[in-house]
Amino acid sequence: MQIIGNNGVNIEVLLVEDSPGDVRLTQEAFHGANPAVHLNVAADGAEAMEFLNREGKHAAAPRPDLILLDLNLPKVDGRQVLAQIKTHSILKTIPTVILTTSDAEADVAKSYQLNANCYLRKPVQLDAFESLVESINEFWLTDVRLPQRV
Amino acid sequence: MQILRKDGKPIEVLLVEDSPGDVRLTREAFREVNQAVHLNVAADGVEAIAFLRHLGEHANAPRPDLILLDLNLPKMHGCEVLAQIKNDQSLKTIPTVILSTSEAASDIQKSYELQANCYLSKPVLFEAFDSLVKNISQFWLTEVTLPRQAHGVLVSN
Repeated sequence: MQIIGNNGVNIEVLLVEDSPGDVRLTQEAFHGANPAVHLNVAADGAEAMEFLNREGKHAAAPRPDLILLDLNLPKVDGRQVLAQIKTHSILKTIPTVILTTSDAEADVAKSYQLNANCYLRKPVQLDAFESLVESINEFWLTDVRLPQRV
Repeated sequence: MQILRKDGKPIEVLLVEDSPGDVRLTREAFREVNQAVHLNVAADGVEAIAFLRHLGEHANAPRPDLILLDLNLPKMHGCEVLAQIKNDQSLKTIPTVILSTSEAASDIQKSYELQANCYLSKPVLFEAFDSLVKNISQFWLTEVTLPRQAHGVLVSN
């Protein structure tokens, strides 16, 4: 299935994830589900903020249409990244989906407090992980109206 | 399919919608896909706030697990309802999905600025509407981890 983004170009997804294995699985699952998705990867919280603020090597970074954010990240923690996104006047409208192995009630509550758009638990099983990425694609990139790029 | 909350109670959905036809279609679509959903309806923005704040006849209203909010509502506009939900420390954690016929970029932008959890445009055709409600149920009530249903969950900063 090919779904084209808002303005007829690729859909830019920013995945903030430190595990190379999970990055690869996400990449493969999106590739199968929706070839129009361009997956950008930031390996830690500091790099995610550089990407979003177009700093350093990310000076030419696109504005993501969707952010997939792990919570437990090196350098700058995912909760802090989320707080920075959702208090930033321009970045706050980017849907930010928490994708984490944590099922701690405190992490779920804190994420919604900080205005995460939704909280998804990362399944351990490969099949379940693939099917979750497909669900993200179907709901967020097909059903949902995303804000226009600014 | 029956999906219950961890405490064995039904999932409480608050639909804020003034069109009786849309209420009925939403109810039927949920019933087909997830019998454990208890659909509460507020017919305008003022009633939605009364429901959420347990005012008047809504003194015993349950806390919704999910809110489906139309934008063009009598008495109080959906954006105002959304702003009140998302500026309230206790209510703000309830996922609030905008479900509106408006496809105006400004409505979409404004909703995300006010921290709507997502924006869905309501299809005119019955089949498409039915399938959208089922997708909402599938994604929000089975894939997503919702915040704990108890009131006043303590969160450390």
